[in-house]
Parts: sequence; structure tokens; C-alpha cells
Amino acid sequence: MDSTILPEHSTGPTPGFAGRFPYRHLLGIEGLARPDIDLLLDRAEDFVEQNRQADKKVSALRGRTLINLFFENSTRTRTSFELAGKRLGGDVINMSVDTSSIKKGETLIDTAMTLNAMHPDALVVRHPESGAVQLLAEKVNCAVINAGDGSHEHPTQALLDALTIRRRLGTLEGLEVAICGDVAHSRVARSNIHLLSIMGARVRLIAPSTLLPAGIERLGVEVHHDMRRGLDGCDIVMMLRLQTERMKGSFVPSVREYFRYYGLNQEKLRAAKPDALIMHPGPMNRGVEIDSLVADDIDRSLIREQVEMGVAVRMAVLQILVEAQVEPWARNQ
Amino acid sequence: MSVPPARPTLYKNARLLDPASGLDTSGGLIVRDGRIAAIGPHVFVDAIQDDVEVIDCGGRCLAPGLVDMRVQVREPGDEHMETLASVQAAAVAGGVTTIATLPNTNPIIDDVSLLEFVERRALEVGLVNVHPYAAATKGLQGHEMTEMGLLAESGAVGFTDGERAIADALVMRRVLAYSVQFDRPIIQHPEDPTLAREGCANEGETATRLGLAGIPACAEVMMIERDLRLVALTGGRYHAAHVSTAAAIDAIRQAKARGLPVSCDTAPPYFALNEQAIVGYRTFARLSPPLRSEDDRRAVVAGLADGTIDVIASDHAPLDQDSKRVPFAQALPGAVGLETLLAISLELVHTEAMSLLDVIARLTNGPARILGLPYGTLAVGGEADLVMFDLNRAGRVDPSRFSSKSRNSPFDGRPIQGRIWRTVHAGRLVFDAEAEHTERSAREATAGA
Repeated sequence: MDSTILPEHSTGPTPGFAGRFPYRHLLGIEGLARPDIDLLLDRAEDFVEQNRQADKKVSALRGRTLINLFFENSTRTRTSFELAGKRLGGDVINMSVDTSSIKKGETLIDTAMTLNAMHPDALVVRHPESGAVQLLAEKVNCAVINAGDGSHEHPTQALLDALTIRRRLGTLEGLEVAICGDVAHSRVARSNIHLLSIMGARVRLIAPSTLLPAGIERLGVEVHHDMRRGLDGCDIVMMLRLQTERMKGSFVPSVREYFRYYGLNQEKLRAAKPDALIMHPGPMNRGVEIDSLVADDIDRSLIREQVEMGVAVRMAVLQILVEAQVEPWARNQ
Repeated sequence: MSVPPARPTLYKNARLLDPASGLDTSGGLIVRDGRIAAIGPHVFVDAIQDDVEVIDCGGRCLAPGLVDMRVQVREPGDEHMETLASVQAAAVAGGVTTIATLPNTNPIIDDVSLLEFVERRALEVGLVNVHPYAAATKGLQGHEMTEMGLLAESGAVGFTDGERAIADALVMRRVLAYSVQFDRPIIQHPEDPTLAREGCANEGETATRLGLAGIPACAEVMMIERDLRLVALTGGRYHAAHVSTAAAIDAIRQAKARGLPVSCDTAPPYFALNEQAIVGYRTFARLSPPLRSEDDRRAVVAGLADGTIDVIASDHAPLDQDSKRVPFAQALPGAVGLETLLAISLELVHTEAMSLLDVIARLTNGPARILGLPYGTLAVGGEADLVMFDLNRAGRVDPSRFSSKSRNSPFDGRPIQGRIWRTVHAGRLVFDAEAEHTERSAREATAGA
């Protein structure tokens, strides 16, 4: 069945429709081709300018319904998608589903079927389980955008990171990017590893062994346990969020030990290139993975810009996927 | 029990396969009073009498009915997934005439009265021999031994905690030691439960790409190596279920060379699939142990070929949609396997990894020997449990046609070569593919009209 074809096996844009996004859904970065990513970023670029004007609204998605379906709390990502949908002129509905309150059995698929019957044009879904968004996408007729599934992927985060870098440095090609922190549980890390590799950047991971998933080096990355060595000569430092419950002895012994070895401060940052830029997907744990002096350094920190790019990227993704629903070339990702 | 037919039956023009005697020849076989009366290349010449029913096998293979030593039934408790009746229908459709059933039902089979319930319900159907295992520990909790002596007397063919490892070393030591006087095997689910606790897929690149928590391959060999020490200490008979890793197979190979009383089985997914089968979050390929790397899969094939792995068992685990149509990590592990057991095993023959007789051995006298059951051979005087199959007939796995109440097969749609023609239990025809086909066509015609 088409719907079970995986990103891994996809072959890039369908021949004959160059310049079009070839998929019905955005479930992950893995499997996308460089032109697909360029297309999304180019479109997002247009929205950046528009979002800075007084009148931010267009009518591209007028009459279209977008549903934000969040099985996991996230104010930032949900707000970003909501704003994106509204600025495109669509009707946006937010649904937060507390997974702990759902009985096992009255599941994801039931929810998907119910929502599908309401004829939405796009579903933006976040779920604590890897693969849950794909499962849902197989059951509905509209475009599905993965807003983060378990430890699997968070494609719009990687796209907004790419847009942020591209606007600052012009290109991703040839950049040395260090991703530092809890890679094992991070969907942001996975999406960024795929995207940066596709776009010609080189990725190093910096983390203690307990926070690195097995076989990660097979994704074409360099692995470091020593932060200074890992940061040596890099252009970009991407910090990952470390959830506090993982720092009480299960994966690392304590917050203070973690900060000592893997917290980003000015001293460790000296190993990177002098003008190296700092990114963080937010929300930050100041004093855990990042020192405030570094996070707030306006010359080097891209953290606020990332938030701004988030809205533009999500507008681009929503518009392109909703447009593609009526096009014959759109395939399941 | 089944009533044997009045007339003797001659199965002629068959390729006779009897691994116990090494027989692989063209010939015939006579069944009288539910037992094998004669077998050999010349049976067709001298045995014809007027009152004999003659069945022309048309050159098909005729082997002992398969013995499946690892089958989960959901009765009592979850009869909507599988009953003791439906599991027997699935068995005969797969050429299986003897099944050993796991105790992990609800309630758990850890008591003589419950064991007798299973035996009695199974006999009411009577399509195949059903031999239950009993729990090794009460409630499968891994703490207190069950009444192994009384359970053995009541027919328990072995002791196991089913899909759970007997993890506590002291408990395992005592279970092995105590079982010696009853001469029943202890069947272990070899997986260190603490290492496997958070995982749902084989640890490595595939699980990492999918964002799934991994179970390292060494969780299997660690438990087996510990158990082998306890076997050496106690002399208990030990059987490792569904081995799936190269390291575990090596450990068992060496233990056998040292003369320890150990055996093991594997299931078709572990030699026919690898971890790639879960890509796309296919929950039907979520198994316990998880599907492993390609190197491990090859090691399983090599272990089967050199005899380190004694048995191919289906590891039949019927599960309903609610257990599988959920995100991967939430899905229950397991797959139905009775009806694909022979066809998938025959891939080992078609790929020339093993001889046909060796594959049949792993499915018949291999498990029968471990369980101490008088089945799995074509010896004269034995019960006439037979499977007849086309070795080369091509087809496709179609779970919608399964007799099992559950459809959770990782082999859905897989092209196969080899098809069951007939299954005979105690001389009685219990499955006939042609009759099934005719019936189904009639049903479909009625439905279509």
C-alpha cells in the first residue's frame, strides 16, 4: 500500500512536476530531497517579510480548516502553528488531548476517524509515541503535519533551524554543526541530522554515552563525548533540551555534573569558531544545558530568531501541503 | 478422541519423508485403525486389498504431522483472540497435529485443575494432540515453584513462565534442580528483563532512526549464559525458546559440545525476517524477542542447518486489533504462526540452506524428542499423524483465509512456495485444502449472489 511507503524509500520529487512538493504529508525530514527542502525554505522566506509588516494576514487558506491536535503539552509549537494558520486566513481549532485520560482502546485511530469526518484540510499532530503521527496519517484524507512524535522526528523545527542559518550565513553547505545534549530522546536531533546532511552540512554529536542512541554514527555523524573537542572549529552549536527527570541518576547523575561536562558556557564555546552561532529549540533550562550569558549574547545567539522563523516555516508548510491536496502528483510520504 | 475410519487407507505415490529413520523415498503408506501399518517404496504393490481406500498423493510429500512446541492459546480468558477449538483448526490448516500450549492464559495454568481444564476442552475438539505446559512459578510471578510433580503426573509436558523470563537466579536454580526427578524440560524465555525493560525493538540503527527504545542483542545471551551455569550445577533439562541472536546460538552450540542437557528452538520470523520488517512502525512485526539484525538472522539459519537449533516452533501468539492498531511501542508483541509455519520453513529448502529432510526434522521428531512424545515419526505402529504437501506450489500468505481467530501475521502478502494438501490425525482426515477451497468458493458465490 502506498500509505506504508516510508520516507526512507521515497525517491524525491515525482518526475515531471519539478518545483512542486511531491508529498501529501510532512511526517519527517528523512527521505526528503534537497529540492523539497529548498522549496519549503524559499516559500518561508517570503513569509518572513510579510510577518514583519503591520498587516500580516493573507487569504491563501481562506475557508480551509486546520486542526492542531496535541497529545502532549506544548505552548510554543502549538501557538506557532496557530498563528501560522491564522495569518494564512485559515480557521484554526486547537485540540489538546490528555493521553493519560484516554482509556487504552479508545485510541488514536478513533480520534483520527472522528476528526476526519469533520473534513479538515490539515491536521497538525504532536504525540508522545514515535510513529503515532504516521499511524494517524494512514487513516485520514487530509494533509498531516508532524509537530513532533516521540523520539522520532520534528520536521518543522529542523526546517526553521535551517531557515535561520540560511538567512544568517547564506547557505548550509559545508558548515560544521555541533548538536549537543540528549540525542537519545530527541526528535529535534534526528530531524536536524537528516536535514543538515541532506543540505551538505557536517554534523557532530556531543553527549555522554547514556544519551546517545545505538548506531547513531550510521546516520553519517561524528560522535564526541568531550565537549571542547566536539566544538573545535564548528560554525554552529545547537543545544538540545535535557528533561530534568532524566538527570536524577537514570541517564546522568545530577544537574551539576551534567552542566560541568555538557553545559554550554563562554569558556567551552571558545573551542568553536570565534563567530560561531548558538541555537536552542526551547524552552531553555538555563544553568542546566546553557549558561544565560551565552544564551542572551545578541551577537551569537539565534534563539529569538528561531522562534520568528518558526511561524514563517509553518506558514510555508501549511500552504504548500494544503495546496497539494488537490494536485494529482501528491504522494503519501 | 477421533474415531478411526473402519477401512484401512493406502496413501500411494507419495514422497515419503521420515527424518527419524532418514527415509526420503517414493512409495506408499498404509493406515489401519488410526495407526501406521506399513510404509515403504513397495507398499503399493503388495498391500492392495479390496477393502482398502486408496488415495493417490500425486507425488506430493508425505511427512509426519508437525509438532509445534510453542503455541499460545487465549482460552481461558481472551477467547475472542483464540480458543482451544480455533487454535486446532489453525493447526491442522498448517499441517500441525501436535501442539504444546503455553500457560500464559487468564487464569494462568499453574494448578492441576486448570491444566485438566485445558486438556478436557482440547479433547472435546480432538483435531490435534494438545499437550499443555504448566507454569514454572505460581502466577508466572517468578517467585514460588508450582506443584511440578503433580502437574507432570497430570500431563504437563514441561514448565515455563511463557513470555516472561525466570529471572531470579535462585528460583531458576531450584526449578531446574527440582525438575530433574520428573524429567520435564524447563522452557526459558531467554531475555534479561531489566535490560529489555524500556525497549520495543532491536537496539541499533533501525530503532534509532525510528526513535524507538532498543533492546540490545546481548540481553538474550546474558540470560542463556547464566542459565547454562545453573544447568551445569543442577543437571536440569533446559530449553531456550525462540533464540534470535548469533551470540546465543554460539553459547548453546558450545554447551551442547560440553554435553549439557540443553536444546533450543527458533520461530520462522527469526530466520525469514530481520529488523527492517518494523520500518513504517509495522506493529505486526513487533515480536518478543524483537526481530534482529541481518547478521543475527543469518546466524539463526546457520544454527538450524548445523543442528544447534533443534526445533522450529511457530511461537503462535494471536492478538486482536486493539493490541496492534496502536503506536508501535504500545503494541503487544507477538504474531500468529501456525498457518505459515511450514510454508516459511520451506524457504530454507528453496534457498538451499537446508535439506528438506532436515527442515522436517526440526518440525517433527526434533520437538517430539524434547517433549518426550511418541509423535513426529512415520514408524510402523505409531499414531497416523500425517501432513501431505506440495513442495513447489506457489502462493501468497493471505491472513483473511486463516482459521485462527487472529490475523496478526508479519508475513501478510508474502509470496510462498509450498502448500499443505491434507492433514491426517490418528488416521482421520482433519484438513483438506481442496475441500476448503470448494467450500470457500461456494460461500463466496452465495455472498456475491
